[in-house]
Amino acid sequence: MMSSPKTIALKIEFGGGMELLFANQRSHKLSIPARVPVDNSTKELQAEPDSSNTKPTDIVFLIHYLRDHLLKEREELFIENGTVRPGILVLINDTDWELEGEGDYKLQDGDEIVFISTLHGG
Amino acid sequence: MAPRICALCHTSKAMLRRPKTGQQICRDCFFFVFETEVHNTITEAKLFKPGDRVAIGASGGKDSTVLAHVMKTLNERYRYGLDLFLLSIDEGITGYRDDSLETVKRNQQQYDMPLKILSYDELYGWTMDAIVAKIGKKNNCTFCGVFRRQALDRGAAMLNVDHIVTGHNADDIAETVLMNIMRGDISRLGRCTCICTEGEDTIKRSKPFKYAYEKEIVMYAYFKKLDYFSTECIYSPDAYRGHARAFLKDLEAARPSAIIDIIHSGEAWAVKEEVKANQNAQQTCKRCGYMASNELCKACTLLEGLERGIADAGITERGMKKLEAQGPAPDNLRTIPFFRLASHQQNGHPAIEVEAPT
Repeated sequence: MMSSPKTIALKIEFGGGMELLFANQRSHKLSIPARVPVDNSTKELQAEPDSSNTKPTDIVFLIHYLRDHLLKEREELFIENGTVRPGILVLINDTDWELEGEGDYKLQDGDEIVFISTLHGG
Repeated sequence: MAPRICALCHTSKAMLRRPKTGQQICRDCFFFVFETEVHNTITEAKLFKPGDRVAIGASGGKDSTVLAHVMKTLNERYRYGLDLFLLSIDEGITGYRDDSLETVKRNQQQYDMPLKILSYDELYGWTMDAIVAKIGKKNNCTFCGVFRRQALDRGAAMLNVDHIVTGHNADDIAETVLMNIMRGDISRLGRCTCICTEGEDTIKRSKPFKYAYEKEIVMYAYFKKLDYFSTECIYSPDAYRGHARAFLKDLEAARPSAIIDIIHSGEAWAVKEEVKANQNAQQTCKRCGYMASNELCKACTLLEGLERGIADAGITERGMKKLEAQGPAPDNLRTIPFFRLASHQQNGHPAIEVEAPT
């Protein structure tokens, strides 16, 4: 079997006012495990979890991870029914996530994920 | 997953899915179709004629920033022959509008357009900060909305422009249709989908982004790396619109065409003549000369209430009675300068000095 990295490094960008929920910081660097619990629990993450009940790290997990570890306020403006609130655009390496399988997209080492709120001001 | 190829040029990698059509297209094709659709909206509605002086209502937010960029691009590409201006209203909201006006000032340099900023303070003698300090965070959006509408017209008259364009997008218009239905506001429902509103003595106003989805406007700003400001107003946001908006976004998630469908529904509405006849005819405010549906325009009523310490005078019937019970307005009451349309001024020159780009 091919050996895969146990963690993946990601670059996260927030824009359009989304950054206000994340300590007003637009750019973040993260390192998260390459496999994560299927229930998206972000507590007690292990670099080498049991293979049962885990999945490759996807965007849905990332959204939960951001909520639990980086979000500073008003979680209801970020997450709704297990995904981002309608009106938040997500780009995966500058491509609309709707072309990449949305929440099911499996994150790769070095990916850049952008979250932009469309809900602020005109 | 293999990269998808653009449905239009069949060469480059698709970067977004258009909400209106479901098409998957690349960045360059997106720029082209987005701009071309706005151009088609403009030409089909015959919004402009060569030589028109047009003010772009600029808040520094995403919609007006993208509008300024696209108007400049189209004016050059299709030789509309327009004189473009940026017009900003400073409501006097510390920590919000002062920051967003910095963005507009950068836009002035970036787009090389003259900019006029008109403040509530100079026009009404009140900033929104002062109004909120006086009346609290209830009804403050009513003051702000009424004051802004009139301030834009007055700023346009000062610039001697023929026309104001605003960044209202398809999502905004669909929201307004929903709100007017929920409030039973037939007269607004009848006109809120019009791309252009023009009364006899009002400045023409139009919405070139009427059919542009918010998602595409934000994507355009992102891909073009446009400089815009995005902070929520620090005073209580329009809660009712917030509900309409959340509902609309849920509909859009289930069926992206919902937004354009609601606009079409709004356009299909026809208001009976006898219903229209029951609405107050338009008149001229006897105090400031601005258009009004009563003796006094809404802004003069609100301002009088503020000045005389009965802030709900322009909002509730009870407040109005309280004001009337106190007798007529005192002679030394602060009022809004008399309104004159640009066409009534000396032709060709702005009535005021505008800040030219340096």
